[in-house]
Amino acid sequence: MLLSRVAAALYWSGRYLERVEHCTRVIDVRLDLGLDRTPGAREWDFERLYDALLFTRDEDEDLPANPAELIERTIFDPANKQSVFACLTSARENARQVREEISSEMWEQLNALYLRMKDLRMEGTWPARPHYLARFIIEGVHLFQGITDATMGHGEGWQYLQVGRFVERADATAWLLDLQFQGLATAATASARATHSEWAGLLRSCASLEAYWRVYTADLRPDRIAEFLLLNPDGPRSVRFSAECIESALRVIGEHVSRRVAGHAERLAGKLHASLNYGQMEELLGDNPHLVLGSIRRQCEEIHAALYHTNIDYPIETAIPA
Amino acid sequence: MRDVHVQRDVYVSVAGTDLVRLEDGRFVVLEDNLRVPSGVSYMLTNREITKRVFPELFERYKVAPVAHYGQTLLSTLRSIAPPARDNGTIVVLTPGVGNSAYFEHAFLARQMGVALVEGRDLLVQRQTSSTCGLPPDCKRVDVIYRRVDDDFIDPLAFRSDSFLGVAGLLNAYRAGNVSMANAIGTGVADDKAVYAYVPAIIKYYLAEDPILQNVDTFLCSRAIDRQHVLDNLDTLVVKAVGESGGYGMLIGPHSTARERETFRARIQSDPRNYIAQPTLAFSRSPCFVDDAVEPRHVDLRPYILCGRDQVSIIPGGLTRVALKRGSLVVNSSQGGGSKDTWVLED
Repeated sequence: MLLSRVAAALYWSGRYLERVEHCTRVIDVRLDLGLDRTPGAREWDFERLYDALLFTRDEDEDLPANPAELIERTIFDPANKQSVFACLTSARENARQVREEISSEMWEQLNALYLRMKDLRMEGTWPARPHYLARFIIEGVHLFQGITDATMGHGEGWQYLQVGRFVERADATAWLLDLQFQGLATAATASARATHSEWAGLLRSCASLEAYWRVYTADLRPDRIAEFLLLNPDGPRSVRFSAECIESALRVIGEHVSRRVAGHAERLAGKLHASLNYGQMEELLGDNPHLVLGSIRRQCEEIHAALYHTNIDYPIETAIPA
Repeated sequence: MRDVHVQRDVYVSVAGTDLVRLEDGRFVVLEDNLRVPSGVSYMLTNREITKRVFPELFERYKVAPVAHYGQTLLSTLRSIAPPARDNGTIVVLTPGVGNSAYFEHAFLARQMGVALVEGRDLLVQRQTSSTCGLPPDCKRVDVIYRRVDDDFIDPLAFRSDSFLGVAGLLNAYRAGNVSMANAIGTGVADDKAVYAYVPAIIKYYLAEDPILQNVDTFLCSRAIDRQHVLDNLDTLVVKAVGESGGYGMLIGPHSTARERETFRARIQSDPRNYIAQPTLAFSRSPCFVDDAVEPRHVDLRPYILCGRDQVSIIPGGLTRVALKRGSLVVNSSQGGGSKDTWVLED
């Protein structure tokens, strides 16, 4: 039996860590793109970065002026609840509350990553080489995931980590794609070269550039990129792949939960998975990609809510036999 | 290659012209490299690493990106596919993991998203080449970006002891069923004696004056040139016409009397095989060597991609460095290094 409190902590741990990895990679790619000078490209497009990460700003708050400031605010600043470090802290805090459920190795890795990031900020050596900082963080998360898969039983608890991770991932990928299409509609003036590096940037932000090359060759075409990120069955960052992982994790979880309450979240995940499994690009994206991508993000939200409602924060009556 | 129609009339899809800068600031062509120019993976990797290590430099200068090379190479190769095979299969043909440029072959295959094949992975059936995967998966190949030399590419047509090629490939090629980049025989243009005639060839066929000059070249097959070369072995650079990679060279000012005598004998017994050029004082660039910044000689190899209707020059290139102090030999096979190379946007 898994306590609902424990389930919640594992779910959030998985979600926050996915967010740590995703944000770090998106920031790294944006900083790299800013170093290339293509005709028509803007210098540091931090506004776009804030949009991509759904970071909010106070009305009187300016965008960061340079990479060092950006990294301080979006990666290190513990006071900014959206920063990478804040997400890592939340992931660690959730894991700390369920240390008896996870392996010691998992805790040690997560704690070491957290402590090392604190040190890095103190040392202040990071501004000159942001790529290595990003790499360190992403590798730290990958290591945690590998350790998790290798040392923790793949039982109910492990499935909650999976659900958190892939709900976050499906949502993030759909949002980046949505944003890209929105940008495409407004930026008719950008040069072909600049557009090319933006699409390559999107794939890199989803750690999918090389995987895309292998499937579609180096021809970067928006329709194929969208197809890859949405529908590719093998790409571990595609929405379809994520939906499949969510569904199968929820199915296992469902087997452990009382019949009366289980099933809602699983059904929603199954619907999302099936729509992507059997959907065609043309009918999915059509003339207005925003509709479908927005709907995918809503479905992620509904899965989250259903899981919460039935497995974590449920009315006590549903659990006690009448 | 007589009576062979090369697909789309594109003989050279990838050229890597070696340029050097002289004392007066002029860039001149040192070699044409139309056979299988290599090194472009260094250009791409150098850039990637430099951006990581010195991002602040890129913030200050407007450096044009080179990362689209893979896509440009792919479109170039696609444009020379046989007619009606525009969306055909493209492969990179490598001699295999033992080749010194294997890293580059794998790198380019990955960057283009195409298969990397060895000769043993291909077969020619009814004059059509295919790559064979696990049965029943056999797929027709339309364009081969080949990094295997002519001599080894087809044991039926060329060296019969070659295990690196594909038997019957030349026939498929002659029948127009498969395109190759670069075309078979383009190595003729890399012959250092042909080099001497390139300005005249440009003038004759295009009625244009070359924008970049060649280095003065003495052909030992001409009696008057030969005498001049033999009289000035200690100041000239002598090169065997068919060699590359910095092999078969005599650099006069750095040579010993015995080396000069060896070359004298070789030139006299086979003059057609040798050319000579003045020892160039080509430019130097600061290099970080053993904890200090020191000047080293460099040359520049830009990459030129030539497709059916488009010539693309990637805004960058491979700067090769002679790492030994005072050395003029930049070839990586002779211990040369390389540098990231920037083209600045206005």
